[in-house]
Amino acid sequence: MNETLNLLIGLAMGLNLLALGSSRLPSLIQAMSFQGMLLGLMPLIMEHEHLDWRLGLIALATIAGKGVVIPTLLRRAMRAANIDREIEPFIGFVPSLLLGAAGTIAAVALSQALPLLPEHAGLLLVPGAIASVLTGFVLLIGRAEAISQVCGYLILENGIYLFGLLLIRSTPLVVESGILLDVTVGVFVIGIIVDRIQRAFDSLDTRKLTALRE
Amino acid sequence: MNALLLVIIPLVGAGVAALWPNNRTRPWLLPIVGLAHVVLTGWMFLDPPEVASNAWLAFDPLARAVLPAVSLLFLVCAAYGVTYLQIRSERPNRVFVALLLAVLGLLSAGHQARHLGLLWIATEGVTLAAVPLLHFNATPRAYEATWKYLLVGGTGIALSLLGSFCLGYASLHGGGGGDLTFVALMSQGAGLSRPWVLTAWVLLLVGYGTKMGLAPMHTWKPDAYGEAPGIVGAILAGGVTTVAFTAILRIRAVIAAAGEGPIADRTLLAIGLFSMLVAALFLLGTRDFKRMLAYSSVEHMGILSVGAALGGPGLAAALFHVWTNGLTKGTLFLSAGNIRRAAGSPSMDQVRGMAVLTPRSAAIFVTGMFAVTALPPFGPFFSELQLVRAALAGGHGTASAVFLGCLLLAFFGLTRVVFGIVDGRPRTAARANGKRFVETAGVIAPPLVLLGMSLWLGLCTPEILREAWAAAVAQLFPTSTP
Repeated sequence: MNETLNLLIGLAMGLNLLALGSSRLPSLIQAMSFQGMLLGLMPLIMEHEHLDWRLGLIALATIAGKGVVIPTLLRRAMRAANIDREIEPFIGFVPSLLLGAAGTIAAVALSQALPLLPEHAGLLLVPGAIASVLTGFVLLIGRAEAISQVCGYLILENGIYLFGLLLIRSTPLVVESGILLDVTVGVFVIGIIVDRIQRAFDSLDTRKLTALRE
Repeated sequence: MNALLLVIIPLVGAGVAALWPNNRTRPWLLPIVGLAHVVLTGWMFLDPPEVASNAWLAFDPLARAVLPAVSLLFLVCAAYGVTYLQIRSERPNRVFVALLLAVLGLLSAGHQARHLGLLWIATEGVTLAAVPLLHFNATPRAYEATWKYLLVGGTGIALSLLGSFCLGYASLHGGGGGDLTFVALMSQGAGLSRPWVLTAWVLLLVGYGTKMGLAPMHTWKPDAYGEAPGIVGAILAGGVTTVAFTAILRIRAVIAAAGEGPIADRTLLAIGLFSMLVAALFLLGTRDFKRMLAYSSVEHMGILSVGAALGGPGLAAALFHVWTNGLTKGTLFLSAGNIRRAAGSPSMDQVRGMAVLTPRSAAIFVTGMFAVTALPPFGPFFSELQLVRAALAGGHGTASAVFLGCLLLAFFGLTRVVFGIVDGRPRTAARANGKRFVETAGVIAPPLVLLGMSLWLGLCTPEILREAWAAAVAQLFPTSTP
């Protein structure tokens, strides 16, 4: 079971690099959406011995939310905004990729310093989580356009979700659903603001948001 | 049960506000709910309930030491809000009123949260609920500020979730059963896994520090406070930052129980002094009097962080400062809101002589500025004095010197901007034929009341408040008596 899980985590880490190298917005959204679906499958594989309805529910909600609903919303926003689908980066694609690769190596090295319980010892969850968080940061900082930044934020959140899988057995359902709810509402709020920015500035290029500075 | 009521009453109020049909009468819900909240909080403050140690949500000593200040601030702001929303009757206020009440409910939950996960959920809820409040003015500048708030605040809150998971794993790795209440985590103490505890502390400090507005994670603050209505700024600066501060205090107690207290205190001291320095330097440069308030808020968050780093006596002073800073900042935000409305611009390049155009607001603004820069006999003077004494008693001579130097720089910066706006020949950016701003009782009394409370806290700090702060210190430092 560990092998399957590690394979999925490895795929998710590969998708990080794909996201960093995407020069077109649809492929960035695609990478993020695949990653979301992979993440949704993971709890099922981790706990395949004692599956119950709550796990099924979490997996379903994750796949539907991260893999389908959010990407659809982003695609719709993209079409509505009628933006240039070529992404213009602050940090170029090759430097982004190099940063992502260095981040992945750093993540593996860093995770050596953190002790794990025996049942988590062979898993790539911690390096996967750190690598995704770093990828999210690079996208947040390195992309000029609002939807790409949202994608970066969501990949960062995917990393946190990966880490949360370590605690899946011990956290109560109330807490998990609260977190899930907050995250979902957060994405909707972000979506609304993206829409407003589009109307107010007639663009989603955050380089135009420069009125406020010292 | 009452602890839950403090959360439910405002949330029900928010629901009612969302359904209320009339735009003109809806704002009255704000003071009604605010008053109910103050009465309930006051009652629980005077007659503190028994706290079950495993409760997730309770009016415990720490909540008792700070929540009443937030509740009072909200009530006064709510009274101001009625007049403010009458002036702004051209804008629909359904979302504004409902979410302002929701913020109160979530703040109550956050202050009383004794569970790591619940604390995060409440804080994230406040962050999200505040978003539409920030862009109430619907200008491009407001959307820009909101976007920056969302990205920086969202990233911060995400990191604090990661930190919460790390702390959870520290407990799991140390043989804990996954009980994430602060009491359980503290009782596990040295059993928590050390590398995970340190990782968690860094992430949680960055995460909740972003919410609090500690430098260098403060970048959203000037934009958000600069563009939001004064009433929202007052509640963000006095309430939302406080919930993040209590979060950091609760987490620090866990870290200290795990034996890493000295590291936690050193980081808090460093980040606190750094925030004060950054804020003081930006205060010397800014030309916008609302952004000035944001930097002043960053400075005072630094003061709180320094206080939290100084052990029992410092923490008592910091809790005192939560009260004095929250109430005084409320005065400043509300009077600045008046001046901004009359002047049509927040920049000292375009606005002069407001002492002539809005004499009452200007007088309150200037007095509030002196109060917040620690002029006796206002509250902030006494809380900061207590803090410096705690620092000197603890042998932090250099830190005290930096602390006082930053206060002096901030004083120069604040007086520069405030007198630049108040003095001189009147000049505004407002259109000559626009609606003139009238200083009615509705917009003057609330900041004046807050200023009065700040004075009262300074002149005669009630003994029961000192006792409440001491109880909170005892909760967070279970082994040592302050």
